[in-house]
Amino acid sequence: MYHLGFASGLTLTLPLALTLALTGMAQAAELELEDHRVFPALQAATGGMDTGTRVLRVASTTDLDVFEPYIAAFQAARPEIAVDYSVLSSSNLHRAIRDGVAFDLAMSSAMDLQFQLANDGFAQPFSSAATEALPDWARWRDLIFAFTTEPAVVAIHSASFEGLDLPATRQELIAVLRDHPERFVGAVGTYDVRESGLGYLFATQEDRSTDAYWRLNEVMGRLGPQLYCCSLQMIEDVAEGRLAVAYNVLGSYAEDWLDEDQSGRMQILTMQDFSNVMLRTVIIPTTARQIEAAGAMVDMLADLGMRELQGDWALPALSHSGPREDAGFGPIRLGPGLMAYLDPLNRRTFLTEWENAMEQR
Amino acid sequence: MIQSRSIGKRLTLLLAAVAALLSVLSWAMVTALAREASQRTQDNVLAASATTIAETLRSEQGEVRLELPYAAFAMLGAISEDRVFYRVTAGGVTLTGYDELTPPTPGSAGQVVFETSVFRGAAIRMASLGRAVLAGDEPVLVTVTVAQTRDGVSAVADDLSSLAAMLSVAFFLLAAALSALVAYTSLKPLNEIASAVSRRGPSDLRPVVRPAPTELAPLLLALNRLMDRLRQSIRRSEDFIAEAAHRIRTPLATVRAQTEIALRMAQTDTEREHLRQIIRAVDESSRSAGQLLDHATVAYRIEDLARDTLDLATLAARTVAALEPTASMRDIRLLLKADTAWIAGDAVLLENALRNILDNAIKYSPEDTSVTLQITCDATTARLSVTDQGPGLGLAPFEPLTQRFQRGENTADIVGSGLGLTIAAEVLQAHGGRLELSNAQLKGGGACITLVLPLA
Ligand SMILES: Nc1ncnc2c1ncn2[C@@H]1O[C@H](COP(=O)(O)OP(=O)(O)OP(=O)(O)O)[C@@H](O)[C@H]1O
Ligand SMILES: [Mg+2]
Repeated sequence: MYHLGFASGLTLTLPLALTLALTGMAQAAELELEDHRVFPALQAATGGMDTGTRVLRVASTTDLDVFEPYIAAFQAARPEIAVDYSVLSSSNLHRAIRDGVAFDLAMSSAMDLQFQLANDGFAQPFSSAATEALPDWARWRDLIFAFTTEPAVVAIHSASFEGLDLPATRQELIAVLRDHPERFVGAVGTYDVRESGLGYLFATQEDRSTDAYWRLNEVMGRLGPQLYCCSLQMIEDVAEGRLAVAYNVLGSYAEDWLDEDQSGRMQILTMQDFSNVMLRTVIIPTTARQIEAAGAMVDMLADLGMRELQGDWALPALSHSGPREDAGFGPIRLGPGLMAYLDPLNRRTFLTEWENAMEQR
Repeated sequence: MIQSRSIGKRLTLLLAAVAALLSVLSWAMVTALAREASQRTQDNVLAASATTIAETLRSEQGEVRLELPYAAFAMLGAISEDRVFYRVTAGGVTLTGYDELTPPTPGSAGQVVFETSVFRGAAIRMASLGRAVLAGDEPVLVTVTVAQTRDGVSAVADDLSSLAAMLSVAFFLLAAALSALVAYTSLKPLNEIASAVSRRGPSDLRPVVRPAPTELAPLLLALNRLMDRLRQSIRRSEDFIAEAAHRIRTPLATVRAQTEIALRMAQTDTEREHLRQIIRAVDESSRSAGQLLDHATVAYRIEDLARDTLDLATLAARTVAALEPTASMRDIRLLLKADTAWIAGDAVLLENALRNILDNAIKYSPEDTSVTLQITCDATTARLSVTDQGPGLGLAPFEPLTQRFQRGENTADIVGSGLGLTIAAEVLQAHGGRLELSNAQLKGGGACITLVLPLA
């Protein structure tokens, strides 16, 4: 039997599931937040006329503890601005912006959904020296800006692979999983692409790029996969040994985890045959009110995206190479191609196929 | 002369205006072509995209099925960063895509129809393709519409347009400069002829002989004909005057001889006085006729001026020798102080001029005085001055004395016609020199007439 991520509540530290009624929301007053915090302004506004503090409302898929240092850096430069940070799932974020919920900034790892928002006119143009400095492939029409390149990797529990050669390609991974079902039954995890926007993006891009993807799905389907909403939970379960393999987790999160946890229980494998690289993107929605502050945040993120050294930042900078259409490496192209898989017909077809592969046992 | 606008300016302006017109035209054409070309590029990609989608259309269990291939969308992103919209309808019902997108009226089956429209406030270009798909028993018309905003097209077209604009301006500036050059060069022969004609002396009526472009040849020919006619008419009147003078002189000589005989035989003083007055009048007339004849001869010779190299001193000595008898009759000494001074000219004319000056000096000076001729030279000119001890020229200005038939106030009963200085001045002018009239500065000095001539 296979388990849905949300059904298998044990393995998940469920999101806070804050259901807040935020002020100023036109429609969809009910918003399913996974986390939420307000960072008050460090210094009262100095402006004479507008006495009210300026609040930058950010909707994001990035976990709060990952993004907190960024907010601190922002407020160090702009102490008069308060930041209201809400964490949503990428599909919820997408829906919220579509429904006209007022945010000043929308940040998401699901670049296809972000792209669609920009394409459909839910983003407003912004241009500055910092955004102009971004490479062409990291922005589109001055509407959407990428500030990280984050590869999808395979995380493994070291103990589960004892005595086995570590797979370096999907082909080898398929072989290992197929040859040792006793080790991996119920211990492989991946995104539930029905729930996770990022999981869907990774899956569709793999569908397009490598035929090994469906064979891997078949093999995983036979092993009774655990399905997850988010990378972090998968990584945690791998580290704890509840999972032997987590397929397609965010490399950046996994690296962060390894920085903290030096026990060697977990290892990161980068597939050599093909590797998905996602761009974390930001848009300024048309509903934004603090446009100047939002622009300042975009500038800061763009500058960080262009930095040469990793530094202490949790999220990686933009890679130096742009998308390479044929090689199979490099970031996913930010363009209308992303809209193909978002089409409801295509999505339905894809999910049916995916479910068939995952549900076969 | 009524002066209308300069041909050069008019030509330049005209050519520049043509260049400006051509510049604007070419700019407009390039702009239109650029727009058309980039529009076609977009149309091609849109059509390819719609076709790619339409190719996936099929019918499964009586239902229309299709996929939206990744390539159909990716190719739209390859040409520009334009927003993409699409819609697939089957029998008017939306299968997928943007509901509000109104596809253009479909053409014949399998043919892509394009339309420019507005969607969500943005100008878009649509490509639409109809295809009949069997759903159940009946064929359903499925329409695939793919649309894209036109920013990329506009950007490309605007880029090319501003490039074309810059090129057009450059072209215009170049053309304007060339127009000015063309106007200048094509008017050059005209200006050359004009300046050649205007450089000529006042009595130079020789034909203008110089190469002229075909267009100017008639003008030059007409000018030369006119000058020829003018010269002939002047020649005729001079001939007439000379002829007249000559005809008058002979009978006058007869009258004078007869009157002198009559004077010798006259009885009374009154009778003698009458006869003397007749003789004087005859002398005046005879002098006038002589001078008129001289003037005509001079004018005739000037027309075709000889340019022999002459020594002014020798010439002066010869003239002095010729006038010595006249001078000695009045006990007037002619003193010549001169060194060699080479000049170019006509000896006959120059002698004639000097003779008139010396004639005046002798005629207007009291008896027993001297007339001094002196030649001085500087870098470019030779000056022959004739100074007498007579009454002088009176009060300035002296220039009127060189006018025809103009005599001074000091002439009393001295015979003369008022043509002597006129002849002299004309001769000098023809030689590129001039006649200077003044009174001698020295005490007891009379008139000082100077012939100024350029050195050879
Ligand atoms: N050497 C001179 N002394 C004084 N007056 C002079 C002298 N030479 C010329 N003149 C004045 O200038 C006038 C013009 O001279 P010009 O030789 O032209 O005429 P003319 O001597 O009167 O006549 P023509 O010489 O033709 O018989 C004279 O009438 C005279 O008044
Ligand atoms: Mg005289």
